Amino acid sequence: MATTVDRPRPAAGGEEGRRGATGWFDPRGRRMGGLAFILNRLTGIGLVLYLYLHLVILSMLARGPEAWDQFVDIALSPPFLALDVLLLTGLLIHGLNGIRVGLVGLGFVASRQRAMFIALMVVAALVAIAGALRIFSGE
Amino acid sequence: MTAPASEGHRTARFRVLRRKAGDAAPHFDDFDVAVGPDSTVLEALVAIRRDQDPSLTLRHSCFHASCGTCGMRVDGQEGLACVTKVGDASEVTVEPLANLPVVSDLVVAMDPFYDGLEPLGRPLVRSSENIPGALPDGVEAYTRYEDCIECGICLSACPIAGSDPLYVGPAAIAAAWRVVEEPRGREPGPVMRLMDDDQAAWRCHVAWECSEACPSGVDPARAIMQVRRKAAGARARRLFGMGGRS
Repeated sequence: MATTVDRPRPAAGGEEGRRGATGWFDPRGRRMGGLAFILNRLTGIGLVLYLYLHLVILSMLARGPEAWDQFVDIALSPPFLALDVLLLTGLLIHGLNGIRVGLVGLGFVASRQRAMFIALMVVAALVAIAGALRIFSGE
Repeated sequence: MTAPASEGHRTARFRVLRRKAGDAAPHFDDFDVAVGPDSTVLEALVAIRRDQDPSLTLRHSCFHASCGTCGMRVDGQEGLACVTKVGDASEVTVEPLANLPVVSDLVVAMDPFYDGLEPLGRPLVRSSENIPGALPDGVEAYTRYEDCIECGICLSACPIAGSDPLYVGPAAIAAAWRVVEEPRGREPGPVMRLMDDDQAAWRCHVAWECSEACPSGVDPARAIMQVRRKAAGARARRLFGMGGRS
């Protein structure tokens, strides 16, 4: 029996012909798993951008109560509330799909990965709709 | 460039990505081809080469999805051109496989792909499974080969192989899992240890494109997840002092 195995060389070879990281976002010809992959990256980037935006907004607290009250007025305007709905939707998609990726990525329910994605995205849509109704109703 | 459509045929436009050695950048050439209801993309490409442009480079052999040589992207999706029908499309875009160096037009260099498989010493005959049913006269036994036809389609479809030049790719990991499942004289431990690596099984981001695109039912994504599960189990056992490697 052989006891050693050489490390396989990288399959994609050199730079030539490779799609590159921009290929992550190319939806042409992608199936459901590929679209889930794109969606997870887009929402992930969105959430990272939101994190920095959140820190910028929090820094307004240092400018005193007037500046903060001014911001709260803007935050309650419909366009800003729409951004809240977008944030909630991104969080739901990324978080729920992350559960699927974690489970499938460790070999659990791998054969059900497609059904799981559909089910989790239905949950995400329902919660996002419920959240949007609550956000815009001002409760 | 146009070829006349005969009775029962219509004309479809093929946009073929061209690149020859020395070209600074690839470009599309358009060809109008007569196609019938059952025409395949490969038949159309062969007709283009025969009737319109003999310099069009493509690779094919069996015409029935066994040899794996005619893998390419048709309208952005990987497939074997020999079994990809033109259907009712009026325009078809044909490009070489991605993530492998282009040799000429639709032909890519497969060396990097084979280099990934070679060290695994994968046996090609699947001895654990027999094909059911009575044998025809004169046939002593069927030989059940492994499913992978080494077309490179999984590598082209994989978004991670497109951005990480160190990733060994879906086919190599699927082949490794076959060695683990059915060693046939190989020792699976070293193979598992190679795959339990951040440039092997753990580099996959679960896009599942490799399995969706595979024309031969190999299901590399499932194999990658099996490798991960086994590797994670072995790591957990080591962590809790229960011994055992992969």
